Amino acid sequence: MSHVHNQADEVWTEIEPERYELYEPRGGRVAFDRRDFLRVLGGGLLIAYLLDHTESEAQQPGRRQGFRGQAGPQDIGAWLHIAEDGTISVYTGKAEVGQNIRTSLTQVVAEELGVEAGMVRMVMADTQLTPFDMGTFGSRTTPDMSRRLRRTAAAAREVLIELAAERWKTSHEKLIVAESAVVNPETGARLEYGKLTQGQKLTKTVSDSTPIREPRKWTIAGQSLAKVNGRDFVTGRHRYASDMSLPGMLHARLLRAPSFGAALVSVELAAARAMPDVVVVQEGDFVGVAAASEPRAARALAAIKAEWKPGPAIASRTLFEDLRRPANDRGFAGGERDGRSAGNKGKSLREQPDSGATRLEQTYTGAYIAHAPLEPRAAVASWEGGKLTVWTGTQRPFGVRSELAAALRVPEADIRVIVPDTGSGYGGKHTGEAAVEAARLARAAGKPVKLVWTREEEFTWAYYRPAGVIDIKSSASREGLLTAWDCQNYNSGGSGLRSPYSAAQQATAFHPSRSPLRQGSYRALASTANHFARESHMDELAHALGIDPLQFRLRNLKDDRLRAVLEAAATAFGWGKPADAGRGVGLACGTEKGGYVATCAEVAVDRENGRVAVVRTTTAFECGAVVNPDHLKNQVEGAVVMGLGGALFEAIEYENGRIQNPRFSRYRVPRFRDTPQLDVVLVDRPDLPAAGAGEAPIIAIAPAVGNAIFAAVGVRLRSLPMVPQRLKI
Amino acid sequence: MPMVRELRINGRSLAVTAEDDRTLLGVLRDELGLTGAKYGCGEGRCGACTVLIDGEPARSCVTRLSAVGDREITTIEGLEQDGKLHPLQEAFLETGAMQCGYCTCGMIMSGVGLLRQNPRPSREEIIEAMNGNVCRCGTYTRIMAAVDLAARAIKEGRK
Ligand code: FES
Ligand code: FES
Repeated sequence: MSHVHNQADEVWTEIEPERYELYEPRGGRVAFDRRDFLRVLGGGLLIAYLLDHTESEAQQPGRRQGFRGQAGPQDIGAWLHIAEDGTISVYTGKAEVGQNIRTSLTQVVAEELGVEAGMVRMVMADTQLTPFDMGTFGSRTTPDMSRRLRRTAAAAREVLIELAAERWKTSHEKLIVAESAVVNPETGARLEYGKLTQGQKLTKTVSDSTPIREPRKWTIAGQSLAKVNGRDFVTGRHRYASDMSLPGMLHARLLRAPSFGAALVSVELAAARAMPDVVVVQEGDFVGVAAASEPRAARALAAIKAEWKPGPAIASRTLFEDLRRPANDRGFAGGERDGRSAGNKGKSLREQPDSGATRLEQTYTGAYIAHAPLEPRAAVASWEGGKLTVWTGTQRPFGVRSELAAALRVPEADIRVIVPDTGSGYGGKHTGEAAVEAARLARAAGKPVKLVWTREEEFTWAYYRPAGVIDIKSSASREGLLTAWDCQNYNSGGSGLRSPYSAAQQATAFHPSRSPLRQGSYRALASTANHFARESHMDELAHALGIDPLQFRLRNLKDDRLRAVLEAAATAFGWGKPADAGRGVGLACGTEKGGYVATCAEVAVDRENGRVAVVRTTTAFECGAVVNPDHLKNQVEGAVVMGLGGALFEAIEYENGRIQNPRFSRYRVPRFRDTPQLDVVLVDRPDLPAAGAGEAPIIAIAPAVGNAIFAAVGVRLRSLPMVPQRLKI
Repeated sequence: MPMVRELRINGRSLAVTAEDDRTLLGVLRDELGLTGAKYGCGEGRCGACTVLIDGEPARSCVTRLSAVGDREITTIEGLEQDGKLHPLQEAFLETGAMQCGYCTCGMIMSGVGLLRQNPRPSREEIIEAMNGNVCRCGTYTRIMAAVDLAARAIKEGRK
């Protein structure tokens, strides 16, 4: 995992696929039988998108392909149905968690089919109705699913045109689509989709080679369409998983360990069992209760006495020393066991810079932080005749189905997971803890059970963004050219570790550690930490050399797309103008998941009380062709605000294996008052494929703010969060 | 002991059977099916559960039933009048002031409470009034724009 390379011959091996995207290979394959589908959906036209080999592999690493015969099970990426009444339904395994993909996917389908967005119904993230999908993460919806749906819809359009051509005994080329109909512009003849599909039972499969409309010609995609089901959200009508209710449903509470790694020694359940209408379940360390109302479940839980053997007395005080220990030590607690790169410090660079060059060596750290999605984990589970249905908020419905199958020893075919549009995830909802817990209790109770994690449970028993330690050694010539770059990352991960800057000698390595806490995906993964380290370090070098930080970056940057956003942000921000007293400006840039971002920030530091306020930020972002400018802007703004939390004050504190701040009253998240003036510059590149945008815009804000603080008061902060309380000047 | 009581909610009188120490949030959601008010923290620190009590924003997660008495409760479900959205609901749609939408109902209720008592709030007054509401998706600037837009729309409407 360590690479020393010479940029002259640019031989990069992938640093490593991100290890903290939690997933495991799926168990079963969706059998696609067209007759079955048309039986369920009724007649009309059904188009299925077949994954090609590489797409299938990406969905399901390391597994062989199924056969591609007409009758057998195939890997389907998405399907689209046009009913005999003209209703258009699209089926995708992706989940809506606030990134507004229900809207953007609707737009691209409407675009290809020449219909209004309101005519398209998106069926999402339902393991019974939608094709298998690995999960909604890694900013893959726009580059993958959106592309697939465009092709699927384009194929549907072609079939409809064929049907009309046959009826009119004319040639296909003469016809166009408009307003849900095929039209012959010469004769003015018009046939609606519903009429064309009436009495039909047509199926067709398509692949990635189907031609689609060019983004430059978009009229529905590329526009700022409002959230398609927005009205349901402003009226409270939308039902999240936590809002679901079923007849006879019970409410659950779980017995939780007092600290991480504690083991249940004994438990006294009699008092809870004696309570009327209370279901108590114990299976090993799993102890839960269900009752007709939440307070009753809480009372039953309070009546349970348990004795625990404490786990290791871990504390955040020693976090960064803990992380320097390699993963293959005994007692490894989180992440993945992997000693491949352990102890390979010898691989780091032994640079021999010219005399007179500037050399710098610094360490940067980042604490664990929590996603704290405003909707905590929640699930409603219901069994009927040995079959289980679970409604839950997750980014991985099919993964949760596998978790349920394994935990409950039920075949996946008997489990249905449905994900209502969810109260956000940010990478924090890849797992199905609440689903499994609710399903266990529901099975024992013989009634539907709902479980909503408390905020404290969400803070404690979900997983965190990995903490990390990053060592950087560098050198640069007097002219401001990097000559050597060595970056060693302990635990936070490989995303964004590779430097976009040219340097004659480079070495980067990621060293997995024994993570004291459970860790996993988080918006942009390790890219935030790696960019914080790199972009802070670049700023330090620029100051040491006496070169403007913007100029210093540009001098060492070859990537045109990155240069473009950097220059766009600097221009819009007014980089180079002197800041007022007590204020400072900083910038940072980077690339992640196909998105290019640069952020400039202005901060005000109150020397009296050490308060830091971020006054304004300008973020330039480019992710290829823009599908929905306003939603893209919304994502960029949201990422910057969320990034401010991790930059300035968010940190999980733990002591004796217990979280010390598992509540919003103790864990500070960004609020109205923390929000700077947010300027966003979208760089549209219709000539490039659209990339996802939920993650990349978060990576540049922390270093931009850190660099601005340095510019304001001359204090260099190398640890995230930078200002948990106040700045010591 | 659970007891039967009448609650005045959204202009109607509703009978519920619940213990005195139940939270208003629990009763609204689990007994009355009014799930617009959300659970986010249970300690009055996120605003997801905000409703109006006699026109004032209140955190229903820390409001005991016994403290409600016969005061008038307004929830998000009661804002729409004859199929017409409240100007602030319209403004949220207009400005795209949401991502996942989980904070939205609480934000709107806090905003409606603010506009009742201060029809033309400044930016600083909006921040002051809304700082207890968390939007984890970070849509704060849009929410401020929505409150501002609604204030103007209400003023226009009154002319
Ligand atoms: S749930 Fe009531 S304020 Fe958070
Ligand atoms: S829109 Fe997701 S919490 Fe506000």
